Amino acid sequence: MSMTTVTSETATGVVVAGPGGPAAKTQIKPYTMNFGPQHPAAHGVLRLVMELNGEVVERCDPHIGLLHRGTEKLIEYKTYIQATPYFDRLDYVSPMCMEHAFVLGIENLLQIKLPLRAQYIRVLFSEITRILNHILAVTMGAIDVGAITPPLWGFEQRELLMEFYERVSGARLHANYFRPGGVAWDLPDGLLEDIWAFTENFPKFMEDVDNLLTDNRIFKQRTVDIGIVTKEQALDWAFTGPMLRGSGVAWDLRKSQPYEVYDRMDFDIPVGLTGDCWARYLVRMEEMRQSLRIIRQCCKEMPDGPYKIEDRKVSPPPRGEMKRSMEALIHHFKLFTEGFHVPAGETYTAIEAPKGEFGVYLVSDGTNKPYRCKIRAPGFAHLQGLDFMSKGHMLADAVANIASMDIVFGEIDR
Amino acid sequence: MAEFFSGFLLPLIIMVLKILAITVPLLVAVAFMTYAERKIMGAMQLRQGPSLVGPFGLLQPFADGLKLFAKEQILPEGANRVVFYIAPMITFFLALVAWAVIPFDYGVVLSNINVGVLYLFAISSLGVYGIVMAGWASNSRYAFLGALRSAAQMVSYEVSMGLIIISVLLCVGSLNLTAIVHAQEKVWFAIPLFPMFIMFFISALAETNRSPFDLPEGESELVAGFMVEYSSAPFALFFLGEYANMILMSAMTSILFLGGWLSPLPFAPFTWVPGIVWFALKIAACLFTFVWVRATMPRYRYDQLMRLGWKVFLPFSLFWVVLTAGVLVTFGWLPK
Repeated sequence: MSMTTVTSETATGVVVAGPGGPAAKTQIKPYTMNFGPQHPAAHGVLRLVMELNGEVVERCDPHIGLLHRGTEKLIEYKTYIQATPYFDRLDYVSPMCMEHAFVLGIENLLQIKLPLRAQYIRVLFSEITRILNHILAVTMGAIDVGAITPPLWGFEQRELLMEFYERVSGARLHANYFRPGGVAWDLPDGLLEDIWAFTENFPKFMEDVDNLLTDNRIFKQRTVDIGIVTKEQALDWAFTGPMLRGSGVAWDLRKSQPYEVYDRMDFDIPVGLTGDCWARYLVRMEEMRQSLRIIRQCCKEMPDGPYKIEDRKVSPPPRGEMKRSMEALIHHFKLFTEGFHVPAGETYTAIEAPKGEFGVYLVSDGTNKPYRCKIRAPGFAHLQGLDFMSKGHMLADAVANIASMDIVFGEIDR
Repeated sequence: MAEFFSGFLLPLIIMVLKILAITVPLLVAVAFMTYAERKIMGAMQLRQGPSLVGPFGLLQPFADGLKLFAKEQILPEGANRVVFYIAPMITFFLALVAWAVIPFDYGVVLSNINVGVLYLFAISSLGVYGIVMAGWASNSRYAFLGALRSAAQMVSYEVSMGLIIISVLLCVGSLNLTAIVHAQEKVWFAIPLFPMFIMFFISALAETNRSPFDLPEGESELVAGFMVEYSSAPFALFFLGEYANMILMSAMTSILFLGGWLSPLPFAPFTWVPGIVWFALKIAACLFTFVWVRATMPRYRYDQLMRLGWKVFLPFSLFWVVLTAGVLVTFGWLPK
């Protein structure tokens, strides 16, 4: 390369004296980097096309669709009962909350009221799921800024929670436990006592994470004032969940439009003041503590009674009854082959999933399959904000931003 | 013939044997350092660490090494073949040659040169070349960014490291490492120069690209930084070089601040223990701290690391050099 002399600077580049000729304008091209889809910090299959000026991010363009499985279309070809397992696989970090939105939507269309015990069980497991999700969000956020120990501690706790999953549903992850009309099985004996014991031990883990992260100066330097989202921006970009609450908007569907028995629960909504990664981290930490409170209330107040509605047109009969009653056998056969018919209509049902407002727009044409099932995933809205959140920050901050959004590609790509 | 044997061949053989006596245990130490790191981190992270290969997983490092050398070597498209392969060799070579001046016990040193500290400093400064060459030759954007980061990082921490060493040298009056250890017979320099000791250790973390300064290979941003395109034996050389450098930096810390091979208390039964054991124990303690820090700390960001180096460490170490010199001159403690 020959020597060039910079003669003047302009907004887009520098003007250099060409070899012998008049001054030619050279544009300094930004350093384009392809971040992902195979990248340890991409949280799955996120692909970012980044334009860097040195280490400073000038543009960061998320490309999605690498995990697209056509869930919404597949659901149109499945009966309502067959479609619930697809929801486990959307946000695979908080499976039961995903199911919850779908079954609530079906119940809205069917206009059925659940037995109290079923509602308590659902709230109990929604909150277990919230802790499950936030442990991952917080500790994986830590590993993305370089702290490698919290995830390993967190995964031990997650393992305990997944054991509860396994005990009620038989599966550790893709539970398929919430069903239209209640839950699939009743709580096994001794589970509530074990969940109570967990709530007693879990604060110790929170303390350990606090010691390792909350009080850590490097962790603060890496998160405070990074990826600030103002109140207006959060609302404009349709942020929900901790992303919205981190920016100071006290909006939580569990409070603003309570479903199940959330109106009976005593819990607080943590709100961040600064809207940066640090605020979102604190909001998630506090939400775990609040979830613990709800879990304890559920354990204490868990009523007796049926765990699903007795309407045999919607919920399958118990196994024993099938051996005695022809009626029950027919119901069982019809439910698991044809499924149940849902009256024509449409509903948008949203729940407060750990990541934000997770909604299902369900259109029924009166058959046994949904006519259309549009899924509103919170992560999809959040990911759009990555560009404005990361602009002007450094490459490492973009990673911190992705982590603080708590991205899971199962729900974004669907 | 006899003259040739006694005058040339025999010294050569002895020299080669001496070198082997240093490098072979060093490489074994590197192997077990990786094992120890995984075990220590395992304990800190509520897991077992390697436990299957050999008793307590003790043979794991050798299994890993074999695996690495048996892997396919991949040369990325558009990479500069010569530089690509020279880079890991340089890193590995430099990590080994530095040990020539390290005194393991009184008189147990390959070459007791009078500019030992300068030699060590020169060698550790050259270490950046291996990384920059690797980053450039890989023809990968991740590797290139990693190499840029690493060059900036190692250069900035060397400056403050130099000043820290100067404050030790002022107290000793010699650049010879054996003399430095001897000067600590009354009190280890870690006590009067305590802030320098801490800063030297932190600089050593930065110099060896260890957490919380592991930006050159910052996993969550640059995947593996400058070694992202390396595989098989070249990768193993980088890996060995990095760990050998860690041990070297721990050895420097113990020589400069922890009294080298001297026993912590100058009377029996402590003095019965051979000096080389004390030296090894001190190195092990430093290495444990390396691992401990890695399991605890998040990673600094690039600009924060630069700020720490230039705006905190550099002025403070400069101030301490002036302070040390002032105290030594005022009280007439300057070494003869």
